[in-house]
Amino acid sequence: MIKSALLIGLVRGLRGIGHKSIKGIWRFGAGIRLFWLTLMSSGECFRRFHLIIREVYFTGVMSLIIILVSAFFVGMVLGLQGYHTLQKYGSSEAIGVLVALALVRELGPVVTALLFAGRAGTAITAEIGLMKATEQLSAMEMMAVSPIARVIAPRFWAGVIAMPILAILFSMVGILGGYLLAVPVIGVDAGAFWSQMQANVDWRHDILNGVIKSVVFGVACTMIALFEGYDAPPTAEGVSRATTRTVVTSSLAVLGLDFILTSFMLNV
Amino acid sequence: MTSNIVEIDNLSFGYKGRMLHQGINMAFARGKVVAIMGGSGSGKTTLLRLIGGQIKPSKGEVRVDGQVVHKQDRQGIYKLRRKMGMLFQHGALFTDLSVFENVAFPMREHTDLPESMIRDLVLLKLNAVGLRGAYKLMPAELSGGMARRVAIARAIALDPNIIMYDEPFAGLDPISMGVVCDLIRTLNDALGATSIIVTHDVEETFRFADYIYFVANGVVAAEGTPEQLRNSDLPFVHQFVFGEKDGPVPFHYAAGDYASEMLGYEA
Repeated sequence: MIKSALLIGLVRGLRGIGHKSIKGIWRFGAGIRLFWLTLMSSGECFRRFHLIIREVYFTGVMSLIIILVSAFFVGMVLGLQGYHTLQKYGSSEAIGVLVALALVRELGPVVTALLFAGRAGTAITAEIGLMKATEQLSAMEMMAVSPIARVIAPRFWAGVIAMPILAILFSMVGILGGYLLAVPVIGVDAGAFWSQMQANVDWRHDILNGVIKSVVFGVACTMIALFEGYDAPPTAEGVSRATTRTVVTSSLAVLGLDFILTSFMLNV
Repeated sequence: MTSNIVEIDNLSFGYKGRMLHQGINMAFARGKVVAIMGGSGSGKTTLLRLIGGQIKPSKGEVRVDGQVVHKQDRQGIYKLRRKMGMLFQHGALFTDLSVFENVAFPMREHTDLPESMIRDLVLLKLNAVGLRGAYKLMPAELSGGMARRVAIARAIALDPNIIMYDEPFAGLDPISMGVVCDLIRTLNDALGATSIIVTHDVEETFRFADYIYFVANGVVAAEGTPEQLRNSDLPFVHQFVFGEKDGPVPFHYAAGDYASEMLGYEA
């Protein structure tokens, strides 16, 4: 009796895993398909660039405050932590390099992407999901206008354009935060702070690689947000779940992709 | 050119193992206002989606202007849809665009008309639905009836041959209902279009429709002019037209024996 109950439980568990795996693969395939259709429909939205500009405003400009304020605090914390450790080795003037490298290589792209997923990604998912629930996408289809070309593609490219700009601004403001903490407050020499940074931050290996990361994160975060909205069941619960999934999936994707990209960039 | 602009031939449609339509035949004559009536869940709206090519039939075909809808590729379907205008149940106005921009949307997407001409055409369409003065408002600022009228103006923006209305009277007060009702008839006659209306509002529909189809249990249960149907002695039509609680369409959803289920119930 107990044995058969255990067996039934095991079979149900396996079936559940199988079902979830198949669903996951199906959703991944559907996401890739949407990505492909978005790329195919991009020509039209580049011809009407004002559609992209409008979305850059909503996704990029509207995310500026949270990104810049976070960057400022992250920069100051880096300055504090860096100074605390470096002074033990008598090299506190290297704080500028530490702050800059940490921001440009890692924290700039990654934290920007995480904040972007929480601020702009959720907004995109909720907007597309509600457009679907209120039949706006169906209405567009019935007007012989492709929602992918008119709604999805401009938002996608806006995210891809906005993300590296936001990451660069994040790094800049973070460095400013680190400077304001290290130089006027702690008393590190300003000349050493900037000159060490200039000497040790490489244009290609550090800055360009950071920008490449943020472009990849821009593609991933925006596409996940768009897919979740487009695929959301047209109900209040469906949209709410999709919004949550956007944050969870985007965050995991950003951290996973960061590991992969860093491995390639460091030639490990 | 056939006299029917839309023809539905032996159409069956189902999903998730449930057949919604089983061999439906309908014809929509040019220039007429034709209503599709039936209870909730009888697949009326699905018929509009089949005509618009948003879904494909399991069997049979829908022909619009002589062309089989589900055999068209994407471009072909879009070409057919340019002949159609559709009013969705809740208007489906684009909430991020003003009333003016909503009506201008199909013109901007499908024509290269200069801005001055778009402006004139949009105001003309809005004037036809009595909302020229509301062109600056956003959809959130409109009442249900006004939103429905703006959606009608948008549906007729490109002077379609076929106008489809999905539950145009749902949730409207009697005044708005009368206004929408008159608009459907007037616009149909002024544009020389064919109107297909999905509704379950008996009184209004019988007042202005030229022909009515009743859909029940996946088939056309009855059809005819309002006069013919009013005098029909078919039990389903009688129950529907006079709003009787019980009849061929049962009040109770299919269930087991009431008494035995109650007595055998264990919490």
